Amino acid sequence: MIVELGHYALVLAFALSIMQTVLPFWGARAHEARLMAVARPVALTQFAFVALSYAALTYAHVASDFSLANVVENSHSTKPLIYKISGVWGNHEGSMMLWVLILTLSGAAMAAFSRAIPPRLLADALSVQGLLCAAFLLFILLTSNPFARLSPAPIEGADLNPILQDPGLAIHPPLLYLGYVGFSIVFSLAAAALIGGRIDAAFARFIRPWTLAAWCFLTLGIAMGSYWAYYTLGWGGFWFWDPVENASLLPWLAGTALLHSAAVMEKREALKIWTIFLAILAFSLSLLGTFLVRSGVLTSVHAFASDPQRGLFILGILVLFIGGALFLFMTRASSLKQGGLFAPISREGALVLNNLLLTASCAAVFVGTLYPLALEAINGDKISVGAPFFNLTFGPLVAPVLLLAPLGQLLSWKRGDLLGAAHRLFFAAVCGLAAMLIFAAINGAPVVAFIGAGVAIYLIVGAFTEIFGRIFPSGLGSSKNAFYRAKGLPLSAWGTAFAHAGLGVTLLGLAATGWGVEKIVAMKQGQTYDVGPYQLEVIGLTSQQGPNYKETLAHMSVRRDGQIVALIQPAKRFFTTRRMATTQAGIVTLNFGQIYVSIADQNESGSLDARLYWKPLVSLIWVGALVMAFGGGLSLSDRRLRVGVARRAAKIPAGAQGAS
Amino acid sequence: MKARLFAFCALLSLSAPAFAVQPDEILPDAKLEQRARTISADLRCLVCQNQSIDDSDASLAKDLRLLVRERLKAGDSDPQVKDFLVARYGNFILLKPPFEWDTLLLWLSPFAILGLGAAAMFAARRKGEDKPAAPLSEEESARLKSLLGQSPDEGQA
Repeated sequence: MIVELGHYALVLAFALSIMQTVLPFWGARAHEARLMAVARPVALTQFAFVALSYAALTYAHVASDFSLANVVENSHSTKPLIYKISGVWGNHEGSMMLWVLILTLSGAAMAAFSRAIPPRLLADALSVQGLLCAAFLLFILLTSNPFARLSPAPIEGADLNPILQDPGLAIHPPLLYLGYVGFSIVFSLAAAALIGGRIDAAFARFIRPWTLAAWCFLTLGIAMGSYWAYYTLGWGGFWFWDPVENASLLPWLAGTALLHSAAVMEKREALKIWTIFLAILAFSLSLLGTFLVRSGVLTSVHAFASDPQRGLFILGILVLFIGGALFLFMTRASSLKQGGLFAPISREGALVLNNLLLTASCAAVFVGTLYPLALEAINGDKISVGAPFFNLTFGPLVAPVLLLAPLGQLLSWKRGDLLGAAHRLFFAAVCGLAAMLIFAAINGAPVVAFIGAGVAIYLIVGAFTEIFGRIFPSGLGSSKNAFYRAKGLPLSAWGTAFAHAGLGVTLLGLAATGWGVEKIVAMKQGQTYDVGPYQLEVIGLTSQQGPNYKETLAHMSVRRDGQIVALIQPAKRFFTTRRMATTQAGIVTLNFGQIYVSIADQNESGSLDARLYWKPLVSLIWVGALVMAFGGGLSLSDRRLRVGVARRAAKIPAGAQGAS
Repeated sequence: MKARLFAFCALLSLSAPAFAVQPDEILPDAKLEQRARTISADLRCLVCQNQSIDDSDASLAKDLRLLVRERLKAGDSDPQVKDFLVARYGNFILLKPPFEWDTLLLWLSPFAILGLGAAAMFAARRKGEDKPAAPLSEEESARLKSLLGQSPDEGQA
């Protein structure tokens, strides 16, 4: 019964999404305020219905209702509760449900928090959002219904893919989807602005909080996915340039470019057309990612099912929205007045350069991901595009961004002083060079590693140089009142500094992978193995029974200078229902570096095949992403830029602003 | 079809419960082994999704790793090993696609976009440059001053 209610709620949500598409749009054309006003309550109700439907599906999974095909295929009664809940999105139908849940959540959020946006623009934007919801709800109802019943109901389910039975599944997809789908708000607003034909600097202000929020979630989602791959796949890699990973990197790059171009648009009214284009691009790339993953064009752990009908449907959605938005863009963009000229040496000049490089690097990832598919379709040639390609194209395009980021922060708007900015960066550059020398002296080759580490330190110090200059305007001597000056700085300035520094932290972690130590050995009990500065020893092997798997644990000690610093238990799990084995790496973080051990089965001679790694500073890769997202969060909480502030500020008469 | 391929790959990894490079594969000659590892990192495990044979668990990857080591022991140079494998499996096995006619667009388009973008920016700047440079005509400056509430003579100093 609950399942039928969920199914019905989904159908009702679809009906509401049609209402949300048609009524406000019509109202905006007919100047009917009441019709336009329908959009907000409908968006909220639609979200409530999808949430209800989603809750019903979750209930079916938690209660192990094996009369549902979706539950049978992806669940098992002995599966731990957390994987019953997160397992809802660990399959094609459920993950589309999560996608739509977040899509309607975005619509509801836009309806609830965007009172500052002019009613016509909001009506059109919610209408576009409604159309998006309608398309995806229809997709679920017609091709991927999670509520399909099975008769007769089997007694037991087939269990979830063991690789997905991991806390990572509980965190990674929701974060990633919040990022992907969060860009839909920006997309809808851009489309609405193009429909309305009026775009000014205020538009940048409307999209800014949504862009930032989506970007933060996407950053965390990608980082989480990468860490998950790192600890489960068992060979310590964290990024494989797999097409599905690239699909998440594309909107991230476009979103990062958008954040920066929106800043120029807001401050200088320049780059209007470009910002609109990026706003469309960011979500279009999210849609493309969904198509690649969900259509079965690509196969990976992420593609749960492939079915040509689904692929065609998503392709249709893709063509409708990307094509539609680009068509609008082509017909309307030329009529937009391109305002605001600027000098090349200025903050906006630096941001334009940043955009150029980010877009080119985004193109490198895009071409590298899709070219093999296109080539095979055209002349049947099969080629592979892997890490070496991206290192040669993406690498050199992104490297200048890293070098220029601190410089851009130090240039002022309108007319920057390049020499002055370079002078102020002197300290950061010295720190970077010193770090490079120190790293080279201690760790040595490879050259890429210590150069990268030096640049990382320069980037971190450089990120805070601007803030430092504002807190101590005349050197450290002026430390009086420094605290108040620090407190008085806008949070968005802190946000920029932290986000850039986070990038530096990640780069440091990436650079340090060059100094990693790897050993592949057949370990014997009682013998110690040197891995970097540590010694590993197998203490013993034990077996134990988990809820739905059997596992063999290897107990190992990690010593340094004779002292035991940690104990690790790498394991091999065997999932009985699916008859699949997974490796659980034994990991311990020591001084930001990690000892990483994954084991295979025991040999007949009693020795244990194992891969032992010492990965110095590796945890910084993900710590950096956290710092970036933290910076984004700081920026987001800047009082001046919060959602809805424009409305409150507008109510204060111009003369009273100074007093408040 | 591709899903089946993936399932097949997963199955393969089941039957060979180990991972990637195994201790018994390693060549006694450390220099040769290092070369084998470097070559392996650039070769694709044909049944996997963008994984190099150095990273892959699949038994096909293991066979390829052994093949690479055999060729090296037989005295092949690094390019010779790769050529041997390309002759057998086609360019599909190279994770770094060769620079040829049909990959021209692949290799050059990111840089072409950078160049085009820079050119567009430069053109936009040149078009815009003379606009702010055009000074106000006498009539305009007089009107501006009157709008600002000053007579044309005032403020000349």
